[in-house]
Amino acid sequence: MPAPEWLRIRRDKDVPAEDASLWVKCPKCSEMLYRKDLGDNAYVCMRCGHHFRMHAYDRINLLVDSDFVEIGDHITPGDPLGWVDRRPYPQKLEADREKSKLSEAIVTGFATLEGFPVALGVMDFNFRGGTMGTVVGERVTNLLEEALRRRLPCIIFTASGGARMEEGMLALMQMAKTTQAVERFMSDGNLFVTVLTDPTTGGVSASFAFESDIVIAEARASIGFAGRRVIEQTIRQKLPDNFQTAEFLLEKGHVDMVVDRRQIRDTLVRVLDYAVDRKRLAPALKAVPEFAGA
Amino acid sequence: MNVIVEREKSLSALESRIEALRERDAGSDEVKQLESKVEQLRRDMFGNLTPWERVNMARHPKRPLSSDYLAALDAFDELHGDRHFRDDPALVGGFAKLRGRRVVVLAQMKGRDTKENIRNNFGMVSPEGYRKAKRLMELASRFRLPIVTFVDTSGADPGLSSEERAQGEAIAACLVTLAKVEVPVVASIIGEGGSGGALAIGLADHVIMAENAVYSVASPEGCAAILWGDAARAPEAAERLKLTAADLEGFGIVDEIVAEPIGGAHRDGARRLLEPLAPDALREARYQKYRRIGAWHDDAATRAVSGA
Repeated sequence: MPAPEWLRIRRDKDVPAEDASLWVKCPKCSEMLYRKDLGDNAYVCMRCGHHFRMHAYDRINLLVDSDFVEIGDHITPGDPLGWVDRRPYPQKLEADREKSKLSEAIVTGFATLEGFPVALGVMDFNFRGGTMGTVVGERVTNLLEEALRRRLPCIIFTASGGARMEEGMLALMQMAKTTQAVERFMSDGNLFVTVLTDPTTGGVSASFAFESDIVIAEARASIGFAGRRVIEQTIRQKLPDNFQTAEFLLEKGHVDMVVDRRQIRDTLVRVLDYAVDRKRLAPALKAVPEFAGA
Repeated sequence: MNVIVEREKSLSALESRIEALRERDAGSDEVKQLESKVEQLRRDMFGNLTPWERVNMARHPKRPLSSDYLAALDAFDELHGDRHFRDDPALVGGFAKLRGRRVVVLAQMKGRDTKENIRNNFGMVSPEGYRKAKRLMELASRFRLPIVTFVDTSGADPGLSSEERAQGEAIAACLVTLAKVEVPVVASIIGEGGSGGALAIGLADHVIMAENAVYSVASPEGCAAILWGDAARAPEAAERLKLTAADLEGFGIVDEIVAEPIGGAHRDGARRLLEPLAPDALREARYQKYRRIGAWHDDAATRAVSGA
């Protein structure tokens, strides 16, 4: 089977100069890691288990049965506020497109996981800090609507600094828009799973990230509503080290489970197996033309 | 320092002089002249406010608060608590009558003075406040009572204990409930609409905003600190965030603006409500309303799509 288009695109992309070296230093334990080994280990430090932030396409590659079909990539950002701070917003977008090789902070599409057809969204912190502007809101909504139409389960990996300031209140309203889409999708009896990766904060944590049937936190991810610095300023004291970590949230009862990245695919497959009737999915498979032969 | 309050101080000398003269002879030409001068000054000072001046108007110490709106209802019976942890005084709710109609009211409660503010956490709602709100939204939906909310908060509480009790999840749960309820929801932005903490009770079929209220994705100070590392540039940030009622009406986020008297709502007051639709039509209209909001390009259609 030839390499699918999205994977070919990812592989053809130039590696940014600063990332091109053969060795990577782990920011947690300072171990020098051979880049290829790190990639083979799902970007988890072989020595200390630190989870490096991942490119959306690398993550998709790690998850799916190599059959990802991207949708929503035709939805691209505008500049509704005519925003300028240090630089005009369109220039920031251009720089991030260049840097991340992504068109926005989320990639959405269909794929199969161990034969289970799913709608899949993966956010990427490399693009505007994974912030939710109108395109993220629109792509998430679009994904949920398409999944609802086909009655497919939906899995979204979150990584977000919150609402995108450069789009002002239009960004905030994406919390309302995505929430409504989630509500419709789930009311119809479809499975919605979110996987919270580092970092998941602000408006995304206060909307679709925590609205799912099953909330999985990736090990060691930083997850919370308010920023750590804001809280420290408010309470005027240092916060405990584990504050707002996935493990802290598990202890407080906010997430269903904390899973090491290397086990996330298997965990998702088990969740799908428990919650989804494969027979019900058969017509859904045919509804995605790309999977008709699967 | 509130720029509106500072400006009012310059007027107050003139006003007290008028007051003194009035006591002697209310009908004198001097009084009339001074009165029209004050009126003119007030129009000059407050007739055309900048976004930053509106932020200050929204935070004016005498601005009508939720407590004033609640007091103006025909009847109000408060219902307390989230049934799990605590009753959050920063968000008050209960049964109410508004112009004879039975409704459920939810209101964010800034305090009038320091004592009230400390008790109410300056109107910053904690997870248990949002969970109480969610409980009352469900109650309203079950008994087919319209939901009327008053939004006035600088933002959701950003404290340690709020994080421990899942602030994000609490807000998300309110949003899901507001997406689901089968009764009309009317939200009024009466003062400060601070980001997700405001939206949690602001997702509505009809959003009313007072002329000098502001509603923003981030506080101007927070925005300036992030962008320029300097909170003092808040007035500039206020300009860029497009947080005024007129801006938001243009984006389709606000449906109706309630005019305020020259000089701000603390010089008078305002309130309104609407008729219920059939539940399905209502929910569909609500879905489509938020479905449209945003501004993006659709490359497939090679056309720009923009909000409302």
